[in-house]
Amino acid sequence: MELSERALTVSVWRGAEQGRFEDFSVPRHGSQTVLDVVTHIQRHLDATLSYRFACRVGMCGSCAMTVNGKPRWTCRTHVDKVAADGKLTIAPLANLPVVKDLVADMREFFDKWARARGRFEPTATRADAFATVDPHSREREEADAGIECIGCGICYAACDVVAWNRDYLGPAALNRAWTLVNDARDGGQAARLAAVAGDAGCHSCHTLMSCTEHCPKKLSPTRSIAGLKRATLKAFLRGEEAGE
Amino acid sequence: MSPRRFELVLWGAQRATAALLALFVVVHLATIIYAVRGGLTAAELLGRTRSSLAWPAFYALFVVAAAIHAAIGLRTVAAEWLGWRGALANVVAAAIGGALMAAGLVAVRAVAFP
Repeated sequence: MELSERALTVSVWRGAEQGRFEDFSVPRHGSQTVLDVVTHIQRHLDATLSYRFACRVGMCGSCAMTVNGKPRWTCRTHVDKVAADGKLTIAPLANLPVVKDLVADMREFFDKWARARGRFEPTATRADAFATVDPHSREREEADAGIECIGCGICYAACDVVAWNRDYLGPAALNRAWTLVNDARDGGQAARLAAVAGDAGCHSCHTLMSCTEHCPKKLSPTRSIAGLKRATLKAFLRGEEAGE
Repeated sequence: MSPRRFELVLWGAQRATAALLALFVVVHLATIIYAVRGGLTAAELLGRTRSSLAWPAFYALFVVAAAIHAAIGLRTVAAEWLGWRGALANVVAAAIGGALMAAGLVAVRAVAFP
């Protein structure tokens, strides 16, 4: 049987926090992505289906959903890889409120980036010379390792600690903080180390590594969080106000 | 002490006691394996634990590290699985840690000092 004659059985979450799965039959195509499947449903089967996407090429981080129980970037997830038996179950990202259907409310996710002081705090003005950063310095390499985050929220949805502790800042916000801790130009380090310490911060991480396992960009937030644990402890032992 | 700093200190204490326990458990297991060769008697066991002050010192440290480590860990489990946070969880965890420490130190005294 030709690929195009086969059909996928797709169960899609409909509603908000309260809702149900609705089944659709979607034609199968070669190199079809999960986002293609959702788009087909919205354009041809039910125009009221809500979902979120933008770039379609794995750059913007807006199309993450729960696919057959796991958080994934749907634009870069081939149906071949995840629906061996011809069935897909698609739900919004876990650990976030649902706006409607496949759209998760990302506000708490990004608010936590702000709470983790994930914002560059400049120390120079335009009158100063460029900072010289050795690309092979340990700090620069640590920052490089975490800098490619696209903010998709997959790590946040995959994290058990987020599910257990609603205040926990989560892997992405802490990863962002760690890239800035390693930025020689940044002047907000003491406040940042204070912000990422404690029960809502890096010390709640159990190193389960679900974030690292699921990150579509192959980053390791676990490694970044381990770095924050060391940095906050060092600051504490030096008598600095990390943790205040 | 601020709540964040308190968590940081507890995390550091749990890390430090974990490092000690890794060493203590290895020594403890190696001693067990060595001791049971050719049978195990109470007299032989007490003979060893009373042979040197190093044994009660080792096991007293072991007990203290285990009690601290367990109490902090149980506090985290209580927070994440039962939703217990704040003063109640701290008091319960400290009580369990204190009970473990007391029971352990009583046992160390019993095997080390006639």
